[in-house]
Amino acid sequence: MSDVATDTGPERPTPAAGGRPLWPRWRFGSRSVAPGPVKAVIAVAVVGYLFTIPQTFGRTDVNRFSLIMCLALAALGVNLLTGFNGQISVGHGAFYGVGAYTAFLLVADQEWPFWAAAAGAAVVTFALGLLVGLPALRIRGLYLAVVTLALAALFPQVLKRFGDLTGGSQGRQITRQETPEVYDFNRPPEGSDLAPDQWRFYVILIVTVIAFVLVRNLVRSRVGRALIATRDNETAAEVVGVPLARMKVVTFGLSAMLAGIGGAMQTYLEGSVNPSKFEISLSIEILVMVVVGGAATIIGPAIGAFLVVELPEWLPSDTPQASLVLFGLLLVLLMRVAPGGVVGLSRQLWAKVARRVNPPPGARPVVASGGSPPD
Amino acid sequence: MTELLQYTFLGLGKGAVYASLALALVIVYRTTGIVNFAQGEMALFSTYITWWLWSEQGLGVVLALVVSMAVSFVGAALVERFLVRPVGTAKTNPLGVVIVTVGLFLTFGALAVWIWGAQGKTFPALFGDGAMSILGASVKHQTLGSLGVLAVEVVLLWVLFQRTKIGLAMRAVASNTDSAALVGVPVGRMLMIGWGLAAALGAVAGTLAVETALDGSLMLVPLIYAFAAATLGGFDSPVGAVVGGLIVGLTAELSAAYIDWIGQDLRMLPAFLLILVVLLVRPQGLFGKAEVTRV
Repeated sequence: MSDVATDTGPERPTPAAGGRPLWPRWRFGSRSVAPGPVKAVIAVAVVGYLFTIPQTFGRTDVNRFSLIMCLALAALGVNLLTGFNGQISVGHGAFYGVGAYTAFLLVADQEWPFWAAAAGAAVVTFALGLLVGLPALRIRGLYLAVVTLALAALFPQVLKRFGDLTGGSQGRQITRQETPEVYDFNRPPEGSDLAPDQWRFYVILIVTVIAFVLVRNLVRSRVGRALIATRDNETAAEVVGVPLARMKVVTFGLSAMLAGIGGAMQTYLEGSVNPSKFEISLSIEILVMVVVGGAATIIGPAIGAFLVVELPEWLPSDTPQASLVLFGLLLVLLMRVAPGGVVGLSRQLWAKVARRVNPPPGARPVVASGGSPPD
Repeated sequence: MTELLQYTFLGLGKGAVYASLALALVIVYRTTGIVNFAQGEMALFSTYITWWLWSEQGLGVVLALVVSMAVSFVGAALVERFLVRPVGTAKTNPLGVVIVTVGLFLTFGALAVWIWGAQGKTFPALFGDGAMSILGASVKHQTLGSLGVLAVEVVLLWVLFQRTKIGLAMRAVASNTDSAALVGVPVGRMLMIGWGLAAALGAVAGTLAVETALDGSLMLVPLIYAFAAATLGGFDSPVGAVVGGLIVGLTAELSAAYIDWIGQDLRMLPAFLLILVVLLVRPQGLFGKAEVTRV
């Protein structure tokens, strides 16, 4: 081992020798399901397909897909916090609701244009997330889940308490009596030949795609690695210089903000707010989306949101309770057979196929193993 | 003064329900390290069983409750063995454990409504509808009964944990699972008993929690209060759960009655603040042991 130290001189290895090649050679059987460029092509194709949805589906379906994207934004936020950073939240429905109400109140009462209102909702939920994230520094694991669950239970009560602002249990909606600016806040601009539901779908789609790309980049950056290190071993992360407290609080803020943006987009979609949309079950659903899709994966929350909303559509609708029972049991079973969710499952299957086709070098029988030193 | 006394009794009566449920949470937490989010919905399901035995099978309400407790015990033990344990422990797979109990939460809540319908059921008060006067305040028999039941539960649990071999084994599993297994304690069986006991306590809590009618939302609010109670008392302390439950019940009733700003709408705020403050200031709760980890 000593000769290794001597032959590395002061000059660094040239990029051509040890650096990253321009086009990584991808072997069938690498860990990821597909190599980067293939993934990029798939992503573009999927987004391209999503853009055709409003042309091919009816209004009800388009609206439901829009709602899925709003929820996917919230799931993206929970995934950042719970999947990547390891802080379990069962309360993001509250942030989602705050985002929805903030956007609504800014549009309806302050007559802000929607974009400003959505930005306002993002700022408010980010600040609120920081505020909740601070005590979360001292509260970990299952306790944090308890606190956030209580927060989710509290939120509808807060809405009722400030009923003169929020409309109480009736909620509020924008009617024709409002000024044109308010009434038109989520309608297509003049000259556009899109129907309102198509227009809203496109707006929400663009916001969602941008958010997913940004989170993907964040997670792959230095900050992202610090997030994951914090989740896996706090002490070790702190030792290598990760500012734990700042990292966790800011993650909480960002994650709440993503949920808040999702809520704001739901206001944009529906033009109304109602406390029954933001009860505990919403928070639970959002967490379930993350896990079903695949915690700590990029696309998992989107897949999860799609499945959680669409599954009841596929199940028989005359007994909604039965499908809920089935759903709960599926969830329990999923944790057994595929703790990594849909994405984790497909990775496992892929690895299996890959081993068949292209066995890794370690799997070959070792010929001269007698001399290997014990460790 | 009479009014204050009245609210105090009301709060204590509700607190007894929260304490029962909190005891269930604490027993599961002590034996398995899991915070069982499904505890409330499991209790709801047990309560429906009690109702079914009473209303459809014609059993006396007390007998119905006892049978339902037995069914809950067995059912929960099986749930632990076949649904929860394979997923891992709170240490190895915290998110998985949370999700499994959330899955059970959805399953039991929906199953109850699926089987017995969403319509509210008339349910007998375990101690009748009467009331008596204490120092001028009118106190329902149900309130006093709830407190009495809680006292009986505490005594029985104390005897179980401190004076029987099973209790000793359960405490051994709670304090150090590996060592317990090494000296021959059947750890898996103890975990099942822990879940079973908790579900039986939940059945009692559910039956006491019904005020006018039994419906699917019965245990949602008590669950949050029970979390507050367990947090306040310390998640590993049965005494703490009881004291915590009574304090939470009192705080909720008195603050709703006397603090206008909170009123009926924000009833849950005091409980939420309690959870938050306790976890920040004294994370182990009033009676819990501080967790010390070596790094």
